[in-house]
Amino acid sequence: MSAGTVGTSAGSDATVVRVVLPTHLRNLAQVDKEVRIAVDEPTPRAVIDALEAKYPPLRGTIRNPATGKRRAFVRFFACEQDLSHVDLDVPLPPAVVSGTEPFLIVGAMAGG
Amino acid sequence: MSRIRVLVGTRKGAFILTSDGKRDRWEVSGPHFPGWEIYHVTGSPADPDRIYASQSSSWFGQVVHRSDDGGATWQTVGNDFTYDGVPGTHQWYDGTPHPWEFARVWHFEPSLTDPDTVYAGVEDAALFRSTDGGRTWQELPGLRGHGSGSAWQPGAGGMCLHTIVLHPSNPERIYVAISAAGVFRTDDGGKTWQPINRGLASEGIPDPDAEVGHCVHRIAMHPDRPDVLFMQKHWDVMRSDDGGESWYEVSGNLPTDFGFPIAVHAHEPDTIYVVPITSDSHHFPPEGKLRVYRSKTGGHEWEPLTKGLPQSHCYVNVLRDAMAVDSLDECGIYFGTTGGQVYASADSGETWNAIVRDLPAVLSVEVQTLP
Repeated sequence: MSAGTVGTSAGSDATVVRVVLPTHLRNLAQVDKEVRIAVDEPTPRAVIDALEAKYPPLRGTIRNPATGKRRAFVRFFACEQDLSHVDLDVPLPPAVVSGTEPFLIVGAMAGG
Repeated sequence: MSRIRVLVGTRKGAFILTSDGKRDRWEVSGPHFPGWEIYHVTGSPADPDRIYASQSSSWFGQVVHRSDDGGATWQTVGNDFTYDGVPGTHQWYDGTPHPWEFARVWHFEPSLTDPDTVYAGVEDAALFRSTDGGRTWQELPGLRGHGSGSAWQPGAGGMCLHTIVLHPSNPERIYVAISAAGVFRTDDGGKTWQPINRGLASEGIPDPDAEVGHCVHRIAMHPDRPDVLFMQKHWDVMRSDDGGESWYEVSGNLPTDFGFPIAVHAHEPDTIYVVPITSDSHHFPPEGKLRVYRSKTGGHEWEPLTKGLPQSHCYVNVLRDAMAVDSLDECGIYFGTTGGQVYASADSGETWNAIVRDLPAVLSVEVQTLP
């Protein structure tokens, strides 16, 4: 799948990031497993902001709306790395920016 | 002929059970929202096609769904339950101050007259209201802020506002119940609140007759007699004849004094139903026999209703929001169990049948009587 820098509503130099959602959030947003999200800045925060703007039913499900923090049992993975504890404003890995790899939003293995 | 729609919330989705007025053949729809904990599903008395559903998940937080066609289709609405102002603290299990944190919606109570107005009882305990069909929510902060909030403590299930009772003719009067704080009443539409727990006695708190701190499990009212309230408390079944100003015990000959739900017959204000459970540590029916107890005298004198219910090796629980009645001429009684059964009686409790037997653990049961 090709991605990378394209012209979108997010800006003429926006980056399109492939985002993979867990089953419950796919059902809520009524989308397939992977969605494409255009962002001006290829950071996790920008991706989640744009994801929530494009799919309002996801608001509050990835981040606590009161604190803005990632929910405890939600994880962010990319390129075989756990980005959950990385600053949300740190740029995503180049392979995600280029569209080679997706940004994964994952329901943590917890609760049995 | 009238129809019945039973709205069931479970640990793993919602189910809708429908029947005609005979209530002997049922269609089962669901799971709706599979995999989510559905704490409550309930319809608007003003428009029965308007249904609100509370979904929550330890992973993805709170979601609210609304249906405008009786549960055939659903749309997500607002899930931002932000406390008014600086939330402050309540007591934690160890007695230390703990910040108020929203966890989930336990109970929706739609307005009796406006389908777009609905109240939400939440954990950590607070009351919210929406006047736009659930799109936005505003806290009624006078409840948390009335003075005793900093002393409230969570029960075993969390510090939840689980019961909301609207006065049938006076929109200014609302009752709410909180575990483990007690009962509160407003007489000005939710601006100001007062605790109304006089007469409650709870051995599990340092001062058994304290003004707040009681673990009230459920309150029920008959609309024809709104000053009479019935309560299943952590210990004891209680009654008030003066709008909650004072309470007295009506446990009578019940086999245990613990339980969760309490319901009032649709046409007989003195006929009430409870499901006795063995103690707060066992949480299953005494002697392994699932028995609904009915009082036709407004308490004190109770009779077991067993026909059609398992009378051996039954160790399910019936949770606080999991019993409801219909309003057909022969009143129907319904309850769901943590074992996944939903039982119905079409004859005021004399006989019972399981509509379904193998759902996920049932959290809530509501009934709509449709034309």
